[in-house]
Amino acid sequence: MASVGVLVCVKRVPDITEEVALTEDGQSVDGRRAGFTMSAHEECAVELAVQVAGGSDGEATVLTIGDADAVEQLRNALAVGCTAATHVVGEPFAFGPADVAREIAAVVRDHESAGRSHDLVLLGNDAADSGDFQVGIRLAYELGRPVVNGASTVAVEDTPEGPVVVAVGEGPEGQETYRMPLPAVVTIREGGVEPRYPSVPGRLKAKKIPIEERQPTAEPAGASRVRMTLPPPTPSAVQILGEGPEAAPAVVDVLEKLGVLTPGKVAP
Amino acid sequence: MILTLVETDLEGAATEVSLEAVTFARDLSAAGNGVPVDAVVIGDVSEELRGDLAAYGVRTVHQVGGDDVAAYSGAGWASAILTVREAAGSVVVLAAGTDRGNELMAHVATRAGASMAANVLTFSGLAPFVVTRQVVGGAALEEMNLHQRPAVFTVAGHAVEAKPADVAGAAEVVAHSPTIAPEDLVARVVSTAEPAPDESGALTAAKVVVGAGRGVGGAEKFDDVLELTGLLGGALGVSRVVTSAGWRPHHEQVGQTGSRISPDLYVPCGISGAIQHWAGCSSAKTILAINSDAEAPMVTRATYAVIGDLHEIVPAINAEIRRRGYVG
Ligand SMILES: Cc1cc2nc3c(=O)[nH]c(=O)nc-3n(C[C@H](O)[C@H](O)[C@H](O)COP(=O)(O)OP(=O)(O)OC[C@H]3O[C@@H](n4cnc5c(N)ncnc54)[C@H](O)[C@@H]3O)c2cc1C
Ligand SMILES: Nc1ncnc2c1ncn2[C@@H]1O[C@H](COP(=O)(O)O)[C@@H](O)[C@H]1O
Repeated sequence: MASVGVLVCVKRVPDITEEVALTEDGQSVDGRRAGFTMSAHEECAVELAVQVAGGSDGEATVLTIGDADAVEQLRNALAVGCTAATHVVGEPFAFGPADVAREIAAVVRDHESAGRSHDLVLLGNDAADSGDFQVGIRLAYELGRPVVNGASTVAVEDTPEGPVVVAVGEGPEGQETYRMPLPAVVTIREGGVEPRYPSVPGRLKAKKIPIEERQPTAEPAGASRVRMTLPPPTPSAVQILGEGPEAAPAVVDVLEKLGVLTPGKVAP
Repeated sequence: MILTLVETDLEGAATEVSLEAVTFARDLSAAGNGVPVDAVVIGDVSEELRGDLAAYGVRTVHQVGGDDVAAYSGAGWASAILTVREAAGSVVVLAAGTDRGNELMAHVATRAGASMAANVLTFSGLAPFVVTRQVVGGAALEEMNLHQRPAVFTVAGHAVEAKPADVAGAAEVVAHSPTIAPEDLVARVVSTAEPAPDESGALTAAKVVVGAGRGVGGAEKFDDVLELTGLLGGALGVSRVVTSAGWRPHHEQVGQTGSRISPDLYVPCGISGAIQHWAGCSSAKTILAINSDAEAPMVTRATYAVIGDLHEIVPAINAEIRRRGYVG
């Protein structure tokens, strides 16, 4: 098979599991205490990028638009098998989804005119912090490419008509399969592949790969954000039914009250 | 005019979340001097669906048919929605915040040169049009200014309660069969597999969901929670720790990157209630948590809780259900 160049786009996001904190200006989530990660969807997209590119001897390039610290997420992707990285340096919360799509498209075009093609561009279905659910689709229109949204697996098959992207995802009526020619854009949802863990040699190798650093091509227009707020905390109103197995009768009383038990004909 | 995408289920009825979106559109109409609310349906419009949309105050039901929209394609369906918008002249286009709804509104907004706000809860002004939407899986909110026309957004599940209108609409059906440009049909569903009986649809529709998290402790330790699931006639939902460990398949995962459930009763066993999990279960009507840690977020947010080892508590509950003569 001809080699398939894959570009995977990841975003550095706060790694929050409990309390969310916001920055003072209300423009972004404050991740300083929680630490940072990439979204689960994007971890799967990275894994798929490595599989598709690796399966065809193509290059898997990881890209992020983020501040200086976002290099951490690029290195993590390099450590699990991406072979090149591009860093568009900018404050991510200043970029709206249309800005992000335009910057990714600019990278694709510049690389292509330098002879490096990104036949397949993978993104997450939605970013874990801003959750705009749209960068991949906007990118597809920027590039004039077809886009499949929310696939959990993607593969490239060789056919007499040329390479075909097969993307599979969960639709409202069951599992859906798309087939389309390259070049294409696919956004990924968690669940179809298990992201691999970086090995020590992988990490060492990643350190040596140079990261291409770029400036944004235009001033970002922003996300039309007025401000972010936290929902008011809801006071706990929990009724403790008891401790240990002795609470079972109290639990079944509640289940009876809720009407979720089916009376049986046969006694136990 | 406000154009609302109405998604239908396998029986051709409007989905609950689509009726919520129509209700939201009506609230918007009331604030905006009663601009009419129209619906767009891709596929068949049964008499029953028409009746429901009339009850929800819909003026016109734009029914889109034809070969080009028979199979799903994001760009193709969005192009059809925009054809309707142009013919009928709408200033707002919205959908429910489902996977399809978010995808289609992203296409519509991009093609129309507008912004798109995903998962909106409320609006607070019309000029400027400011909406509040869920971000970080619902753990934070964002106010966003939708200044372009059309204003394009999706309504988060259960942001409003679906309520019929005080005054029914005419729900006159107008058929459209737009020709879709070939480039919009390149990324198109070529086949749909029948879902296995235990797959995600069952979880999102279940009236009772029994949850299982890290506290279960291993793939071989699910018998008790599965038995409880059966006795309650429900579905099993799990945390991401469980799917990542390979104890259960991903389609059972509840949360930000799994399914969003809204059962009458959710019984999370050994689940701490991290925000990404909560994002998927916060609309359960009643939560009965079983956890060894009385301080776990899932416990403090629950309606009822039992504190202790789930491997002692769940079998005792199962035995008590049987003792009282119930069967699953
Ligand atoms: C981008 C992103 C997306 C995510 N998406 C999801 C998602 O979709 N769904 C999801 O669930 N998570 C998701 N997560 C992960 C989430 O942050 C948590 O890590 C996860 O939900 C924790 O699972 P858990 O509650 O099973 O485990 P833990 O947090 O480890 O909690 C285990 C709980 O079990 C209790 N326990 C232990 N032993 C027992 C026992 N014997 N009896 C009773 N109780 C016991 C403990 O007290 C504890 O409360 C996501 C994370 C990120 C960063
Ligand atoms: N700053 C960024 N840098 C790189 N990729 C991004 C960035 N923001 C968003 N993306 C990609 O676009 C996807 C969808 O994001 P969103 O539309 O903002 O929810 C994410 O999962 C990422 O793959």
